[in-house]
Amino acid sequence: MTFVRRPWRLLAEASALLIALVVAFPLYWMVLGAFKPAGEIESSEPRPWTLAPSLDSFRRVFEQNEFGRYFLNSLVVACTVVIVSALIAFLAATAVTRFRFRFRTTLLIMFLVAQMVPVEALTIPLFFLMRDFGQLNTLGSLILPHIAFSLPFAIWMLRGFVKAVPQALEEAAYIDGASRSRFLWQILFPLVFPGLVATSVFSFISAWNDFLFAKSFIISDTSQSTLPMALLVFYQPDEPDWGGVMAASTVMTIPVLVFFVLVQRRLVSGLGGAVKD
Amino acid sequence: MTDRTDRTDRTNRTDRTTRAPWLYLAPALVVLGGLLVYPIYQLGLISFFQYTQAQVSGGEPTSFQGFGNYAELFGDDQFWQVLLATVVFAAACVVSTLAVGCALAVLLTRVRAVPRLALMLAALGAWATPAITGSTVWLFLFDPDFGPVNRVLGLGDHSWTYGRFSAFLLVLLEVVWCSFPFVMVTVYAGIRAVPSEVLEAAALDGASQWRIWRSVLAPMLRPILVVVTIQSVIWDFKVFTQIYVMTGGGGIAGQNLVLNVYAYQKAFASSQYSLGSAIGVVMLLILLAVTLVYLRLLRRQGEEL
Repeated sequence: MTFVRRPWRLLAEASALLIALVVAFPLYWMVLGAFKPAGEIESSEPRPWTLAPSLDSFRRVFEQNEFGRYFLNSLVVACTVVIVSALIAFLAATAVTRFRFRFRTTLLIMFLVAQMVPVEALTIPLFFLMRDFGQLNTLGSLILPHIAFSLPFAIWMLRGFVKAVPQALEEAAYIDGASRSRFLWQILFPLVFPGLVATSVFSFISAWNDFLFAKSFIISDTSQSTLPMALLVFYQPDEPDWGGVMAASTVMTIPVLVFFVLVQRRLVSGLGGAVKD
Repeated sequence: MTDRTDRTDRTNRTDRTTRAPWLYLAPALVVLGGLLVYPIYQLGLISFFQYTQAQVSGGEPTSFQGFGNYAELFGDDQFWQVLLATVVFAAACVVSTLAVGCALAVLLTRVRAVPRLALMLAALGAWATPAITGSTVWLFLFDPDFGPVNRVLGLGDHSWTYGRFSAFLLVLLEVVWCSFPFVMVTVYAGIRAVPSEVLEAAALDGASQWRIWRSVLAPMLRPILVVVTIQSVIWDFKVFTQIYVMTGGGGIAGQNLVLNVYAYQKAFASSQYSLGSAIGVVMLLILLAVTLVYLRLLRRQGEEL
């Protein structure tokens, strides 16, 4: 917008920078807290810098309760959810956009309604379901529900991307003798891939963030636990080990941050694409 | 209505391909049926039975209660308090998130690349932060003894989590912090898609910034605004981790409970699975009502499903 007058633009830019600082400050404070030495973090005059950065908190975190194992568990859960739900959602989105069949609209409405289901309310029946199938205390009890919960949104988001691939391309492929599955995986899949990336951000976050299921379904076998549980070891409401909490939080946040930065562009254009539709 | 014409147009193809879409849909339907639809059915079922620790361990038979659990729930003053708190808290979160998100999206369009990138990256960082780490970090920021916020504001050792209102306010700040980026990025993407000629023409005609927003941008952005509003309602109504962690499971004497946490506490802390399920059903019905409103809005906009 070129017509904004200059003093206003400078004011706008100054406030944008200021707001960026405020928004980033909690993250800065988290990393700073992770590096502060033990005595400094519990000072009643907190300084926005540290004189003697130390790795003690990280050491403490990694020595406690097989933290590395929890990290790996979280990663396995999140990656499995992302890959499996992306594949299933791709097939389903293709079905509802490229075919006309009975109950198509009904299904679409059902996917929309499914997005609204409060996951948390289903913890009770899911608990009994996992128990009956012997899945309690396994990573499966975290993976399976998250696949189900990320699917409706993923299908709904991917619709726009699959729709955007011209019908003519499909017909040309068949004329050239391609089979349906060849078209699906060798032509459609690569074209829709950017959309899958944008979608996967949401399923990754929901699985990586999971706190409730880990708390409810992993009850006795702590070797199957995930990062949120490991973090809570350091957060005891009466006497939190702030250094440990901040170090664990930093380790837990960084993979997501990396993932976000990697897919940042696709995410923004993906959201644009999904909502324009 | 387009459905019918399409069907006649494509009879030839439909005959050949009837099975293909169902084949593609099969995995999704199996997963959703088993892990979403069936649990919903179970949830409803449990809410009509007597189901506590005794029944779970098989010590006592389950007995049908009819609407007994609901009667017990609705007769409890705490339930109504929690319901009211949930609605007010979610509404406050939604309104603040939307206001901040939209304002910053507009701001993004007014600035050059460097400030825009800075704000974008900061927002992505907040967005990427897992709910649980966001919760602990904000608690640390507002810690009465070691947090910087009280120092800067000169509040001494004021405890934010002690009072009902201030604890809700603290959670609200964290929720807005981690959820405004979605609104900002989406609305920004939407504004960028509006042709700049339209905006320049309005400016040339002497329209004020506010007027441009109200009369030009807002109507064009309506579909996007509907999507982000509904998403925010859904997310904020279901806030669990933040409340649970930041207020220690629902605050002092349960003063900061919301429906989600309330249901969890009933079911898993006091083993009253049937009461927990009844609360779950109430939540489900409320969100279903929101969904129906959403569907009507989409339909009115002529969105083709």
